[in-house]
Amino acid sequence: MIEALSFDFIQHAILAGILVSIASGIIGSLIVVNRMVFLAGGIAHTAYGGIGMAVFFGLPIFLGASIFAVLSALIISIITLKHRERMDTFIGLMWAVGMAVGVIFIDLTEGYTVDFMSYLFGSILAVSQNDLYFMGGLLVAIIFIVTFWYRDILAVSYDSEYAQLRGINVPFFYTLILVLSALTVVVAIKVVGLILVIALLTIPVYIAERVSNTLYIMMMLSGLFSSIFTLIGLWVSYQYDIASGASIILISTLSLFTFLGVSKLR
Amino acid sequence: MKKSNMSIIEIKNLSFKYGKQKILEDINLSIEERDFLAIIGPNGGGKSTLLKLILGINTVREGDIYTFGEKPKKNLSLIGYVPQNTNVNTDFPIKVIEVVLMGHIGTKQPLFGYGKDEIMCAMGALAQVGMDEFSNAKIGSLSGGQRQRVMIARALCAHPQILILDEPTSSIDIDGQKQIYQLLKELNKMITIIVVSHDISVIMKYAKTVIHINKTLTYHDITNNNNNSNNERPHHLCNHFCEVEFFHKSKERVS
Repeated sequence: MIEALSFDFIQHAILAGILVSIASGIIGSLIVVNRMVFLAGGIAHTAYGGIGMAVFFGLPIFLGASIFAVLSALIISIITLKHRERMDTFIGLMWAVGMAVGVIFIDLTEGYTVDFMSYLFGSILAVSQNDLYFMGGLLVAIIFIVTFWYRDILAVSYDSEYAQLRGINVPFFYTLILVLSALTVVVAIKVVGLILVIALLTIPVYIAERVSNTLYIMMMLSGLFSSIFTLIGLWVSYQYDIASGASIILISTLSLFTFLGVSKLR
Repeated sequence: MKKSNMSIIEIKNLSFKYGKQKILEDINLSIEERDFLAIIGPNGGGKSTLLKLILGINTVREGDIYTFGEKPKKNLSLIGYVPQNTNVNTDFPIKVIEVVLMGHIGTKQPLFGYGKDEIMCAMGALAQVGMDEFSNAKIGSLSGGQRQRVMIARALCAHPQILILDEPTSSIDIDGQKQIYQLLKELNKMITIIVVSHDISVIMKYAKTVIHINKTLTYHDITNNNNNSNNERPHHLCNHFCEVEFFHKSKERVS
């Protein structure tokens, strides 16, 4: 195990795991308290369309996925602000269309079949230096934005009607949360893949919510739990040579059941 | 320094439509300082719409509303609002004090975190509603009545001159309701209270003025209703009969 730490790709994986875990802990908390889990799922799957197009046009994957995910976040935000009652239909639609676009573009790209699975289930062992810069930059941006607007975000999340009445621009913060979710989803795809992204954004967050009495603490604990699960999952995956994304999620789920069991017993 | 007969909310010939459906028709109302106004009426009768117009959430198109002599949007900080449903989102990880501190939104704030004076003010508001010992509790751990008092503290935090409550006791047990109205009566010594409610027997005990809204407005003057042997109300001239009349009738029968 110790000699594994000397490999570059392992160091990158550990660093990526921690950066993404903290980001997804903060943003996952906002997604959960705002009841946006399904929206985040829609964005994650729409991002696949961006991955497919980036592959086809030879653009950097992160860039393509980010643009697509942010655009889908903006569309979802407009739709949910205008037609709340039709929200689930639209998100389901975007979910499927995004995937379809991605599959078609990857099919059209000649000789490109190898990485297909890695976007569905993650490829944390293939994190490059540039990926790490992107993840680090995003995390810094998230921490800055959430700290700076903490009170507004808290008010909008807890009681948007009251926030609106006090003059907070609720649609702006709603859109901001969705856009940050989209970017977080994109980096989380690298770690656990887009199919498992929702689990990373919700399982540690759910445990944290139960033991926190402020949103701030919930965010920090989510990031901490998520980091622990990711690192243990990474170790299990290395030790038994199994897929990293899936083992991270399984470790999280086992922890969740243990947590629920223990809190039942008490 | 009693300033009497000064209306702080003036509504003139107000009508409001959602699409083609008329919700409010030709409402005229003037609310005086330190009134305790109760708004009753059926669901869908336009009570909440009227509140939303006063609060500037909906825009007035026909007629006029003046709060403190100006358009509603200008004086929002002078009006405290306690929304109807405080039982939603009870899982939310937020402390009582943080909820109250939301009342400061829109005023000058430090760049990060909460200012010392803000926290002092929020604690004062909590003490006013008798909830200061719960300041660090999670909001979800409180009872419905306690949570409602916290919402009142949040509204008081901004030092409003009018407090508007939308069905403040709809999901609270009897004891909790009594406490809320007792608190409102206490607050009424300083500020004007407007409350939407279904609970007519409680309203008759605490309110100074009662209006009934079902598209149109009917006025019930119930001041001095403790010795109400022959208080004919102006609307008896027309055909209005609502819970207020029912309440009086049933009271007559008992005595």
